[in-house]
Amino acid sequence: MSGIDPILLLAALMVGSTPILLAAIGELVVEKSGVLNLGVEGMMITGAICGFAVAVETGSPTLGFLGAAAGGAALALLFGVLTQFLLSNQVATGLALTLFGLGLSALIGQAYIGVRPPPTPRVDLGPLTDLPVVGRVIFGHDFMVYVSLALVVAVWWILRRTRAGLILRAVGENHDAAHALGYRVVLVRLAAILFGGACAGLGGAYLSLIRVPQWTEGMTAGAGWIALAIVVFSGWRPFGVLVGAYLFGGVSVLQLNLQAAGVAVPVELLSMSPYLITILVLVVMSSRSRTALGAPASLGKAFHATT
Amino acid sequence: MIRLVPRAEPSTAWTIATPILAVLLTMIAGGLMFAALGKDPFESIRTIFWDPLFHPQFAGYSRPQLLVKAGPLILIAIGLSLGFRAGVWNIGAEGQYIVGALAGAGTALALYPLEAWWIFPLAVLIGALGGWAWAMIPALLKTRFRTNEILVSLLLVYVAEALLASMSLGLMRNPEGGGFPGSRNLARWEPTANAELIGGTGMHWGVLTAFLAVIAAYVLLTRHIRGFHLRLAGQSPRAARFAGVEPNRLVIFCLGVSGALAGLAGIFEVTGPAGQISIDFNVGYGFTAIIVAFLGRLHPVGILLAGLLMALTYIGGELAQLMLGLPAAAIQAFQGMLLFFLLAVDVLTNYRLRLGAVA
Repeated sequence: MSGIDPILLLAALMVGSTPILLAAIGELVVEKSGVLNLGVEGMMITGAICGFAVAVETGSPTLGFLGAAAGGAALALLFGVLTQFLLSNQVATGLALTLFGLGLSALIGQAYIGVRPPPTPRVDLGPLTDLPVVGRVIFGHDFMVYVSLALVVAVWWILRRTRAGLILRAVGENHDAAHALGYRVVLVRLAAILFGGACAGLGGAYLSLIRVPQWTEGMTAGAGWIALAIVVFSGWRPFGVLVGAYLFGGVSVLQLNLQAAGVAVPVELLSMSPYLITILVLVVMSSRSRTALGAPASLGKAFHATT
Repeated sequence: MIRLVPRAEPSTAWTIATPILAVLLTMIAGGLMFAALGKDPFESIRTIFWDPLFHPQFAGYSRPQLLVKAGPLILIAIGLSLGFRAGVWNIGAEGQYIVGALAGAGTALALYPLEAWWIFPLAVLIGALGGWAWAMIPALLKTRFRTNEILVSLLLVYVAEALLASMSLGLMRNPEGGGFPGSRNLARWEPTANAELIGGTGMHWGVLTAFLAVIAAYVLLTRHIRGFHLRLAGQSPRAARFAGVEPNRLVIFCLGVSGALAGLAGIFEVTGPAGQISIDFNVGYGFTAIIVAFLGRLHPVGILLAGLLMALTYIGGELAQLMLGLPAAAIQAFQGMLLFFLLAVDVLTNYRLRLGAVA
């Protein structure tokens, strides 16, 4: 254990958690609107390669992240059209999105294997960064870490404190009632789906541009699925998502550090641990009742306006 | 303005026509994708769908491959389709496939160098049990704690992959393999060889099992009360409960059968076409089988045809890689596209299109 520096570990935790935090906060909004999009993994990996390609071609990580958001949203649009207008099964369409996204990203990514992306600069917060301990743990990161945290606060504020958030939640809780009140259920949901896709794309690009940073096929390795599990864990609350993502990030960073430190635990067991812990957390959370958890009542149900 | 009017019952004609329409649309969109990659779209489509069967030079090699590739796809998809019909979503077949192969191969390797005829049947049985046991994890968590089976079964795929890496580098590594990862070759060891049953057709025990599974699933769904319960639970869970269907038993049954069939596919693969346990012997059949199940309309006969078609895209894809330099990932995207188009045109099965404003 002596080889592990707790300060570096905490700093790495923030970086390690950000991809999942971004994807999960997007999916939270989607599910709050009553739509279950299981294609997070596909949108993340598409975002990872779109962001990577744009960043390499333009030399700008910022443009890369914008491209990633666009790529994720484009794939989400496909899901939105299929589920909202053509009323396809959400579970099957989400799976299709993941299968297609994995293939598409591998196809685009061929030209980018072994390429190094332009580095994303750390944000210089001046005196804050120079603080002992806290400076390195909290104030020495790239801008996306702070964007992800700001997104959590923004999503919380919009869902809880604004009219738009109220409408979104109404659509998710009871789409027929929301429709009767004159809200455009399909459009609200489509907007939520696009937001979710853009966030998943950002999460993917964070992996390929900052966390790893390079492109390899299938590099998300289940992060999208873990993001879905974290939404359940959070009880559909934005700050719950933050806690879940950071807990999970902590586990995966710790297991990587333990592997590197050569602790006497089999490497395979360590690399399984993030998935096993996610399953364990799901079991603990789901033994509570669905309503106590706060799942939106219309989650996963198709909406077809008859009048 | 186009409106959708729900049909009282799904249209039979469209149920059959939509997969064909989806395949045609995928060919068009795929052709555009190939053209964007700088390949001749017509030549690409012909190489994928026609040449593996009828090319004078390659057909001799690739025709038997059709059954070799279709076997595991059909076997897994039949199992998945039962669950999908009942609203039980096992999407971790890839993991059950790996664990089934590991369990069966592990049993056979433990008996090496014993020469006995019963090793192969035993390995197959243990393989099915392995897949079944792996699928029981999400099943029991679902029935006990109402944990979402989609997430658990999928996350277990990553656990199974880590297990596979561990086994092929450690416990099951061939001691005479010169330190290379991977087990002894099971296909070349007489007691476990899953040999071709009819020379030159690619028909091995796994393909035979897949055909038997198609027949069994057909009988189950059309002639057996449990098949009726499956369909009822999928269409109306509430009505199913009134009819005395126990949801928990249904979950255990669906996940158990699909896990066991995926495990069978796995053990037949490592004792036959793949030959050994190695880090990447699994090529994603467990995921492609999801597409096969939907393309076959969750119907046994449909799955048989869909499995053959999907196998064709695998072989044709390899041929196109060889002949035209078409990237392997393009085929993967092509297969994903097929599922998209299928889901999109499926609206025609359940709804009528009407032009004009609300009447």
